[in-house]
Amino acid sequence: MIVLELFHYWVFSVLMLMGFYTVIAKHNYIKKLLGLSLFQSAVFLLFIGIGKVEGGTTPILNTSIGADVFSNPLPQVLILTAIVVGISTSALGLAIVIRIKEAYGSIEEDDIQDEDSSA
Amino acid sequence: MNLATHYPVLQVVIPMLLAPLTMLMPSRLLAWLIATATSLCAFAIAIAITQLVLAGDVGAYPLGGWPAPFGIELRVDALSALLLLLISGASSAALLAGYQSLAQDIDAQRANLFFAAWLLALAGLCGIVVAGDAFNIFVFMEISSLASYILVAASSDRRALPAVFKYLVMGTIGATFYLIGVGLLYIMTGTLNLADLTARIPEVTNQTPIFMAAGFISVGLALKAAIFPLHAWLPNTYSFAPHAVTAFLAACSTKVALYVFLRVDFFVFQGALSGHGAQFAGYLMPMAVAAILFGSAIAIREPLVKRLFAWSSVAQVGYIALGASLLSHTGLSAALLHMFNHALAKGAIFLAIIVLAMRAGGVSIEHLKGLGRQHPVLGIAFTIAGLSLIGIPGTAGFISKWFLIQAILEHPQWSLPLLIIVLASSLMAVVYVAKVAESLFFQHAETQRQPLPLMPMTIVVIASAANIAFGLAPQLPVEIANAAASLLLEQTL
Repeated sequence: MIVLELFHYWVFSVLMLMGFYTVIAKHNYIKKLLGLSLFQSAVFLLFIGIGKVEGGTTPILNTSIGADVFSNPLPQVLILTAIVVGISTSALGLAIVIRIKEAYGSIEEDDIQDEDSSA
Repeated sequence: MNLATHYPVLQVVIPMLLAPLTMLMPSRLLAWLIATATSLCAFAIAIAITQLVLAGDVGAYPLGGWPAPFGIELRVDALSALLLLLISGASSAALLAGYQSLAQDIDAQRANLFFAAWLLALAGLCGIVVAGDAFNIFVFMEISSLASYILVAASSDRRALPAVFKYLVMGTIGATFYLIGVGLLYIMTGTLNLADLTARIPEVTNQTPIFMAAGFISVGLALKAAIFPLHAWLPNTYSFAPHAVTAFLAACSTKVALYVFLRVDFFVFQGALSGHGAQFAGYLMPMAVAAILFGSAIAIREPLVKRLFAWSSVAQVGYIALGASLLSHTGLSAALLHMFNHALAKGAIFLAIIVLAMRAGGVSIEHLKGLGRQHPVLGIAFTIAGLSLIGIPGTAGFISKWFLIQAILEHPQWSLPLLIIVLASSLMAVVYVAKVAESLFFQHAETQRQPLPLMPMTIVVIASAANIAFGLAPQLPVEIANAAASLLLEQTL
């Protein structure tokens, strides 16, 4: 079952493309940001998924447990940083959308382009 | 351990630590003073690093004493030194010249936050250049990008907001593409350190994930570097940002993305993937040629001066990409030299625009009428920078165009069409620079002459003098660019 073996890569690809499509196709700024978050989250899943080792346990070195297979902690640490970056990007994006709403009275890309080209 | 060994980390840590301090400053002037002092300090460190690099004295810096590949490593070589000079120099010049201009754009209560964001952008850009592993490059890239979105959004022109939103979306997509590529590399090799990647990729070479990684990383970074046709975010962002921010970002932000692009593609992939060079050149060269022609052609028709030069930046990024796509030592030297010289020319132009905008009340060509007659020094400084952008002999721009043409001549099968394209684009540059100069010198001003602020004027004159100085005595940048090009080609099979 090749599909099931590669299940987590499929989840990554589908989520990533859904997010990417939303960013490109939607003209509403909030929807674009949601798509962007989905797109980033998909990449987080890719990283977290690869850290899992079959039969591995929590990567804490403790001889009393007697485990000798550990999951790889590095991808999770990396993604912790990337999640923080993702949150900052969303927060900044939303702040900009608020200011766009204040300045233009709309958050639809088409309205704003109309207003700028008529001004 | 003496101080000199710590320069690579100080380059990043000083602006990063002083950013919160800037945020606490009660007044605009104090915040600006700290930001400027920090930026000048970074510039001094960059000069010191360059001297050490030219003497062959700097290598890896293990953070916290943990050796690579397990610890995080900073790495400084000729390529990073060139970029460090550009970043810290552009930041210092823009801050020094931009105080009065920024005061018009940003209200006093928020000035401290603005300058803190500026220092974070500086720290992030320096961090990208000194980082020795792929993931830290991503983190620093996001630090600098998030900070530059804030800088651009600080503009008083509301059209900056949709522009910065587009910049944010495209920048994040670019960075995430890069992250996907890095993830695939990590899956295949289990390492993130660039030097270690170079050593390990040959074990897994010619497998699909590695090609995918190369593709994702190259496309993501091309987006960040605004290589045509991925340049859509650039013109509006540069046009509507506060003038000083444009001077800072136009001189270095796309260059830093190009730096990562070259570093990853040449250090990591070039030596390990069979046929990588041909693919790299095969995709990059048409894009570069299109960028050169398209950017210059649109610049000619553009009435807003800042947007005009933003489109010209799209074309100039094309020159850099063209040099790199020739895959030869001369080609890469030309690309790196053009990074340096274009930053000098474009930096000087946008610095002059800071001063012009303060007097003209706007930045369309109409607004600039006769200002060159009223202020001959400013007009001449602007024109010199423009000539350097065109590549007139005696200016810095000529040196890199000369190298580029030499590199093109090394490829007889391509040389004729490419030469025609470079020549045509230079002629188009003559047209758009002349259009601005004509308005400056050959039209009559509608307003009374007012004295120019001293500090910004001094910086503009120094910047345009640098264009001539590096045009007449180009040994230093040429030496650094040659050393960097040799480094990049080390891995080539």
